[in-house]
Amino acid sequence: MAAGTVAPGASAPAGGSPGPTQLLFAPDARYTRRRAYSTFMRGLVSAAALLGVAVLWIILAYVIIRGLPALNLPFFTQRPLPYGQVGGGVGPALVGSLILMAVSAVIGVPVGVGAGIYLSEYGRGRFADAIRFSSDLIAGMPSIVIGVFIWAWLVRTVIGNFSGLAGAIALAVIMVPIILRTVEEVLRLVPHTLREAALALGVPQWRVILGIVLPAARAGIITGVVLSLARAGGETAPLLLTALGNQFFSFNLLQPMAALPVQIYNYAVAPYEDWHTKAWGGALVLISLIGALSVIARYATRGNRLG
Amino acid sequence: MAAQPSPISSASVAAVREVTGVAPPGAAPRLVTHRSTSITADSVFQGGARVAGGVIIAALIGILVLLALDSRMALSTFGLSFFTTSTWDNVKQQFGILPYIYGTLMTSAVAMVLGVPVAIGAALYVAEYCPNWLRTPISFSVELLAAIPSIIYGLWGFFILSPFMRAYVEPALQATLGKLPVIGALFSGNPIGKDLFTGGVILAIMILPTVMAVSREVILTVPPAQREGMLALGATRWETITTAVLPYARGGIAGAAILGLGRALGETMAVTLVIGNSSRAITGSLYTPGYTMASAIANQFNEADNPLYSSAITGVAFALLLIAGVVNVLARLLIWQMQGGRGAVKAVI
Repeated sequence: MAAGTVAPGASAPAGGSPGPTQLLFAPDARYTRRRAYSTFMRGLVSAAALLGVAVLWIILAYVIIRGLPALNLPFFTQRPLPYGQVGGGVGPALVGSLILMAVSAVIGVPVGVGAGIYLSEYGRGRFADAIRFSSDLIAGMPSIVIGVFIWAWLVRTVIGNFSGLAGAIALAVIMVPIILRTVEEVLRLVPHTLREAALALGVPQWRVILGIVLPAARAGIITGVVLSLARAGGETAPLLLTALGNQFFSFNLLQPMAALPVQIYNYAVAPYEDWHTKAWGGALVLISLIGALSVIARYATRGNRLG
Repeated sequence: MAAQPSPISSASVAAVREVTGVAPPGAAPRLVTHRSTSITADSVFQGGARVAGGVIIAALIGILVLLALDSRMALSTFGLSFFTTSTWDNVKQQFGILPYIYGTLMTSAVAMVLGVPVAIGAALYVAEYCPNWLRTPISFSVELLAAIPSIIYGLWGFFILSPFMRAYVEPALQATLGKLPVIGALFSGNPIGKDLFTGGVILAIMILPTVMAVSREVILTVPPAQREGMLALGATRWETITTAVLPYARGGIAGAAILGLGRALGETMAVTLVIGNSSRAITGSLYTPGYTMASAIANQFNEADNPLYSSAITGVAFALLLIAGVVNVLARLLIWQMQGGRGAVKAVI
């Protein structure tokens, strides 16, 4: 992109542009070598980009090709059956994942949005810095560490057994930093004139925030929440230590609860060919779910200047 | 910033009212009551937002304190040997996490060696060479890699990558690099597919989007004038990159790589499925089925039937937390220094 702005003549080594731009010197061996090296590195760098893109499509292709044969109606509705019985699916896991995501959203969204409001509308000084720092550190934590934290705190002590609630809280811890960051960013994009106009009319600040600022940033907030849900929905490690998984339909938050990623893991490590197909099927369902959430997130911001 | 308008505007409204006397007399008492309730409501609302922020700080402190307290038993029982010994035996009540630390470092090192050059290359392509219309599709595709859940990498690694490594890549490397004097030892032993090497390869793929996205942002902050100057002096495109672009972006790219390292250190499910989880031997070969700290936790938490065992597992988590925390803070400092604040880090989350 820089080459285009360079004066003719000087740009010859970079662009090798044809036409009136002529080399000001005879291309000696050394120059040819340098150009060849530059072209070679260009190829190498392009290959790196190609590799990155190829890996994605290879993985997606495998998930789709291997997962499709597993998909049928009983796969979505039945519980996992013991080996040898025909059928069996990811019903409880699907329901469990949705429950876990809903409960973690109920816990995580108020905290994330509330803290985001604080940072954007009120926050200055050390308390705000401490919130940002904590959130960044939690965002960088390995998710299994958060799982161990909930395991040591809720599973082994407070609740006393593996439970859906513990899993949802672990997911909420993972979601909050994502929501917080997005909410703070989009609230800062709301023009100050909007706030000032409302305040000048005598509207109290809390109503300015609830009635003017949040609605103006609605799309961005929805995006943040949905993206955090997509992230939480794919988490496995923290759920393994908290919700544990369940072969049966369960709606009790204080008992172990199934989740799609955990079910995929259980199907994958079992030694049965049929279960492996089910693992790929589960992976396809999971990827579709996350893909759908990502599309919703993108769609929510489309056409919104605050996106 | 936003808090500012409130006192100023309400004060100025009051001032205007006083000076001009425009306000209808009847409105004054209503305004006063309205203002006093709104001040209460305001402080309640602000208090609520403050509490939400406080919960986050409390969560961080809670995680640190609880993990520290919970691993105290193992740490006080074994002392420093908790980190330096290799026995992990529930019957003998002996726990040492050295093999897990070793596995974590080896897989992360492989991931960095393989993943970072590819990621930087892809970032350079997108930022420096790529035609405009291709820029978004490529960035989007690579960043989509970040959205794929780790269990799906694990599944793919378990059924596709690991057999492929065993059948083709590992024997081939053994036949070539394995012959070299020093690094040859890394490729000795039986190629088994489910080992530290495959763990490193899957991690290399997983850190690709992180490192690439941040590197690209950082490279794009290099002032165009710097490239133009170099080109005007007659440098080739690649010479421009190595002399004008990369030195300027060095700090940020290092930060991107370390951010990737932070991700690699803590990755669990994908690694758990391809690393073997069967040997605590520290052989020096990458063809060893080992553990990482994260995979050890995932494999063993459910066997912890006594307090010391539980405490040892929390100890692994605590050690992992500290390592990952230091790495993350370092990465953020490097990128922050380069960017003068936010920006690129945001692209990762």
